[in-house]
Amino acid sequence: MDDLEKAVKYIKSAMADGEAMEAFILSEREVSIRIYELEIESLTTAESSGVGIRIVRDGRTGISYSGTLERDAITRAIEEARDNSRFGTPDEFAGVAEFDGVEPPSMSSQWSHELLSTPMEKKIELARDLERLTRRFDRRIRSLNSSNYGESAYASAIINSNGIERYSEATYCWAYAHALAGEGDESQSGFGMSAAKNFGEIDIEFAASEAATKATRMLGATKPRSMRTMVIFEPEVTRSFTSIVAGTLSAERVQKGRSFFANRIGEAVASSKLTLVDDPTDERFFAAVPIDDEGLASRRNVMIDRGELKGYFYDTYTARKDGVKSTGSANRGGIAGSTSPGPRGCYFEAGIKSREDLIKEVDSAVLIQSISGVHSGVNPISGDFSVGAEGVVVTNGELGEPIKEFTISSTIQKMLGDVHEVASDLTFRLGSAAGMTLAIGDVSLSGN
Amino acid sequence: MVDADIVERVLRSALMSGGDFAEVFVEEKATFSAALDDGNVEELSSGVARGAGIRVRFGETTGFAHTADLSERGLIRAAEAASAVARRSSAKTSTVALSQRLFVPVDVDTIIATSISKDRKVELLLRLDAAARSAGASIRQVGASYGDSFRRFLVANSNGTFVEEEQIRTRISVSTVAVGDTGMQGGYETVARTMGFELIDEIDLEELARTAANRAITKLSARPAPSGKLPVVLNGRGGGVLFHEACGHGLEADHISKNSSVYTGKIGERVASPLVTLLDDGTVGKQWGTYRYDDEGNEAKSNVLIKDGVLVDYMWDQNQSDRAERVSSGNGRRQSYAHLPMVRMTNTYLTAGESNPQEIIADTEYGIYIAQLGGGQVNTATGDFVFGMTEAYLIENGEITAPLREANLIGNGPEVLRNIDAVADDFSMVPGTCGKDGQSVPVGCGQPTLRITEVTIGGTANG
Repeated sequence: MDDLEKAVKYIKSAMADGEAMEAFILSEREVSIRIYELEIESLTTAESSGVGIRIVRDGRTGISYSGTLERDAITRAIEEARDNSRFGTPDEFAGVAEFDGVEPPSMSSQWSHELLSTPMEKKIELARDLERLTRRFDRRIRSLNSSNYGESAYASAIINSNGIERYSEATYCWAYAHALAGEGDESQSGFGMSAAKNFGEIDIEFAASEAATKATRMLGATKPRSMRTMVIFEPEVTRSFTSIVAGTLSAERVQKGRSFFANRIGEAVASSKLTLVDDPTDERFFAAVPIDDEGLASRRNVMIDRGELKGYFYDTYTARKDGVKSTGSANRGGIAGSTSPGPRGCYFEAGIKSREDLIKEVDSAVLIQSISGVHSGVNPISGDFSVGAEGVVVTNGELGEPIKEFTISSTIQKMLGDVHEVASDLTFRLGSAAGMTLAIGDVSLSGN
Repeated sequence: MVDADIVERVLRSALMSGGDFAEVFVEEKATFSAALDDGNVEELSSGVARGAGIRVRFGETTGFAHTADLSERGLIRAAEAASAVARRSSAKTSTVALSQRLFVPVDVDTIIATSISKDRKVELLLRLDAAARSAGASIRQVGASYGDSFRRFLVANSNGTFVEEEQIRTRISVSTVAVGDTGMQGGYETVARTMGFELIDEIDLEELARTAANRAITKLSARPAPSGKLPVVLNGRGGGVLFHEACGHGLEADHISKNSSVYTGKIGERVASPLVTLLDDGTVGKQWGTYRYDDEGNEAKSNVLIKDGVLVDYMWDQNQSDRAERVSSGNGRRQSYAHLPMVRMTNTYLTAGESNPQEIIADTEYGIYIAQLGGGQVNTATGDFVFGMTEAYLIENGEITAPLREANLIGNGPEVLRNIDAVADDFSMVPGTCGKDGQSVPVGCGQPTLRITEVTIGGTANG
């Protein structure tokens, strides 16, 4: 990661008077292995790096990026960002982050030498074993679309003209399988995954059983009749739902008049059973990081406390606009993107009841195994929620027949109020949200 | 971009440990974007990414490595990393003889976006903003964005292919928020083509902005969509993406060879209503999914997939066509040099029929008229799909009546194809971004107005 330090030094020397500058520098190594019928279908190794530059002059912001860390490329990116800044509308709130007195938490190392020193052959064998285990799990598993291993190791730096200079680095790895189960003419697919910081912690038995179970339990699925029903989200579905809810709490959305949560702080917006936390320093997240994407300390923010809306996600810009402090919630979509505030490690606080008890105590519901069409079916402006789903009918606490090709619809506002029970099985995976088994009442199910 | 003799040496070192096929892909892509929100021009953004991806195929196994280091040393190091998977075979000497380089520049009448001042691009945004706001007092928020990209790539492989191509793309979009007694609603419209700044002369910017504004305004008076199975009339402007998702993906040869598509083994069989002819065509005008050569150096083609309801062919990339011992259909695409190519669609469309679009509506007693679909998703193994309706209306007694709130529709691709009972003589194509295995590429989707006898609508209103 020498290149990273060299780039930091060079960019610092290029900072000019009369302007604010921020640079985000990234260096990353990745491996991905795809196995099909126990043979390597593809093995990818990659090294990439780049820099994103943001310059603010007279309240006007310009940004630029370069996909390499060569000196000439960085120089060009700085010049280009400076030129781009001539065209923006002046905005008194524009600028880069300032020290806010919050120190980044000391976290245990996110860098796994064990992962990086594990030989490639073992990683290939792990992906093969995942295929073997998935096939062995149930005789109805006919094939796997693929069985995969992946890892990422990255180091990044954020520096700005207010003197912020902070680094983070992390490694993580994962394995996943796409199983295809069949009986007669019918086939169904299921996805299973396990992620970890260290190679030795990947749980392929879990991933195999998840992929196989999800594929086989959908065999024989029929289209249900339309009804209103309680739904029970699997942890993965809750994870998506949590991301959607948290996304609407971005101060940027609120300030732009694009959130139904505008002007509702202090009000009850959800069932009192629901507490939404965003804590990117929670080390149960594999991608936990001590700093946000503007270089401010990551911190724990309670967004919804027992149903009451407590606040929004802020980065430096949106915070200045509202006259408040950043919540350390700046997110950047890679080197080419600008930052915007949003969730970075969110979850509903786990309840007390176990998943098993939650299901056992339900008279009638549908256990939702997966949802689809989330990006098109959820409107974060109006709150309308309508997604495709598949799952299993629950009657008198018992899992029954599988159903598919139906939609579940409500509004986000109503669903938050209709939360019936939050189970204790909070599950962390890749990504910036985690979920548990979650029961929500009174949803419209559309089928026949 | 890289000299021919260096490319040859890199290909040779990629095959040093054996291997059936090696490829070097070098790419440089410059992008520019500007956005306006709430009347303010937000930050302009621009930048360049360049690098090379090298792959080596050995039997069924592909080794791939990519690097941003385009020196001969950097390329050879990547070639060695890519060839690591072939190490278990006995090395054979490979000779690589490249053909004469085929250079495919952008058309001579293309206006390269970098030759246009940033001021002019910003001015477009202001025009869009003014036009959207003038559409109605209920419009409270307007977002407008302009983006262009210039991509140049070189692809050379051990079969001798040596193509260098330039691609230019321009995209403009408008999003709006309207506020009324019933709450907030959003509207969106976009135009995107594989062409330069001359696009501006071909489109009516004000019309584009008004369309986005009117979508939001109309929905203010929308009622909840019904729930259950109903006949659906899909307008040509809005529906093509349905066939991209619900049928197109299942016709990609990689899904077929893994038996993870409902269309596996169905060539020659009737898979759709006889009214359906489906094409994937990378050569259509300057549509969003158009190119001259694909990212493997194979020429784009016009491929008939379904003819009069009968399945004729799948879509192929180099890998899949080599396995099947046939020619590629020019469908090998990749998001960037850092991604492996795979079978991807270009412009996918249903051809026009003979009915009158107005008569199709008049002939529908009760159903849904969809003027714009949002994004969607499909499970290729089952053909099950889900789509958002972003502009839809009720059809009552043969007439388009109340606007409907957003909802998803859900169905099964093969079933929808069989249930098309009317196809109109109009046609339009819209741009989209197709995601597959984490890679995004620009595509076009087209269709005439048509009717599907029944699709499940996921609304909240009862029956």
